[in-house]
Amino acid sequence: MDIKHAKDYLYWLYFQYLLITCCYVLEPWEQSMFHTIFITVFAMVVYTGYVFVPIHIHLAFEFFSQIFGGQHESTVAIMN
Amino acid sequence: TKNGISNGGLYKRPFNEHFEQAPMYVAVFTYLGFGVGTLFGYLRDFMRAWGLEKCHLATEREEQKDFVPLYQDFENFYTRNLYMRIRDNWNRPICSVPGPQFDLMERVTDDFNWTFRFTGRCIKDVINMGSYNYLGFAETDANALKTVADVLQRYGTGVCSTRQEMGNIDKHVELENLVARFLDVEAAMVFGMGFATNSMNIPALVGKGCLILSDELNHTSLVLGARLSGATIRVFKHNNMQSLEKLLRDAIAHGQPRSHRAWKKILILVEGIYSMEGSIVRLPEIVTLKKKYKAYLYLDEAHSIGAVGPTGRGVVEYFGMDPDDVDVLMGTFTKSFGAAGGYIAGKKELVDFLRTHSHSATYATSMCPPVAEQIIRAMKCVMGLDGTTQGLQRVCQLSENTRYFRQRLHEMGFIVYGNDDSPVVPLLLYMPGKIGAFARRMLDKNIGVVVVGFPATPIGESRARFCVSAAHTREMLDTVSGADVLMKLTSDGKGAGRSYKSVALNLSNSFCICFS
Repeated sequence: MDIKHAKDYLYWLYFQYLLITCCYVLEPWEQSMFHTIFITVFAMVVYTGYVFVPIHIHLAFEFFSQIFGGQHESTVAIMN
Repeated sequence: TKNGISNGGLYKRPFNEHFEQAPMYVAVFTYLGFGVGTLFGYLRDFMRAWGLEKCHLATEREEQKDFVPLYQDFENFYTRNLYMRIRDNWNRPICSVPGPQFDLMERVTDDFNWTFRFTGRCIKDVINMGSYNYLGFAETDANALKTVADVLQRYGTGVCSTRQEMGNIDKHVELENLVARFLDVEAAMVFGMGFATNSMNIPALVGKGCLILSDELNHTSLVLGARLSGATIRVFKHNNMQSLEKLLRDAIAHGQPRSHRAWKKILILVEGIYSMEGSIVRLPEIVTLKKKYKAYLYLDEAHSIGAVGPTGRGVVEYFGMDPDDVDVLMGTFTKSFGAAGGYIAGKKELVDFLRTHSHSATYATSMCPPVAEQIIRAMKCVMGLDGTTQGLQRVCQLSENTRYFRQRLHEMGFIVYGNDDSPVVPLLLYMPGKIGAFARRMLDKNIGVVVVGFPATPIGESRARFCVSAAHTREMLDTVSGADVLMKLTSDGKGAGRSYKSVALNLSNSFCICFS
């Protein structure tokens, strides 16, 4: 029964996606085209987020902690 | 907004209207959906123009391509690219009387709604939530229609003449006296067609140099009549008395546009129940305004006659007001009386004037006798003159059904527009994808509904309009409001935060249906 519920829920989500993006009214080949484009764009967004977001958060955290917490170790090497 | 007793003592009963706004994400998704539809529309138009796809529409011949265009391409953009895709939900042919249930001819399409073919099968007993059958007089019971059959035998079906020539039949006189008695006015006049009653009589009442103040959501027949008359038309916001008062004050203070002379007549055009919104007009306030500024009032009771009011006499009775306060009472027999045609009622001088000056009386064929007899028997039933209480029972049943149905839909969390007492129930769908999906899924469950989108409604507010009838039983209303389709499709409104678990549990057998 759980598998059935899970499958029903997944189908319901797919159906809501079709309705919200107005894909329900499109012909099958148009739907395939739209799904391809949408998944491509979504994948690109996810990849960009994966590449850039952690680094930006880390830099922002460093910047703010520098303002509030004072100096931390200098990255400049002392020339002998 | 909910209104309680407003304006001091003008309203004798609570006036509750709902026009709830949807959450912001719903509007965003709606425009997104239309955007996707538009993009694919451009793609298809491009393919059609470059010959990559067969064009099913009317186009000019090759030799005519240099002439002035015969068919306007871009204006039909919406029709070609969105309406065509979901066209199978409209113009469905029925093959029985449109009572609480009806039979539908099954139609399939092989090329995505450009052409249809009938399979020959008839879908039986579809619950009818779309017909304007408020009091349930659309029936084929032989006993009830006995007088109509007799009149048909005696007079035949055709009148073959206009009212002023040879088409004035004694049935018309009997009907007019009955209508005047029903509405408690001095006189009435009936016409063969409801649309023509408005569009042909407003030009007879007002002309150039007069001012018409019409509600922004008035029916096409009123708009057409107003435009044909040649009077100046100003539009006030829907059911908004401040807007109307402002227009009245401006009109009286400034007069006609360039000469600043006083207007010859000021006519306020309103409807009793607005069929797309389900809202009831604020009659007490309008009558107060009209008396203060000395304007005339034209009330179109197409949907409200027979449907509201304790004994079914329309909005005038619903608000407990005097019918003498309204100058021109207009209504149609199509909705609550199961017939066709319209009437105009009021003072005797007004009706006598219309008998000579109305375009409909001079040029249009008058009402045919069997239809007049159907109205006579329906009206006698509602008034109780046939000796039974069946009419009053129908009116009470309708108001009970209306209250029950609206309450059920509100409980489920849907956004429903309109007044609590109006039998027209618009359920908001918003997104263009849901329009087609809702109508099709309801038909799969054997329920026939009317869905409306742009341009009949604003672009972001497409809806499904239910018309509750006195002939619906409680089981039918339960079936309709409990249909799984409602839960699955319209997760808007207050119930947006409903847990998906309760929804998924309702999908027990729908998974198979969706994939079949």
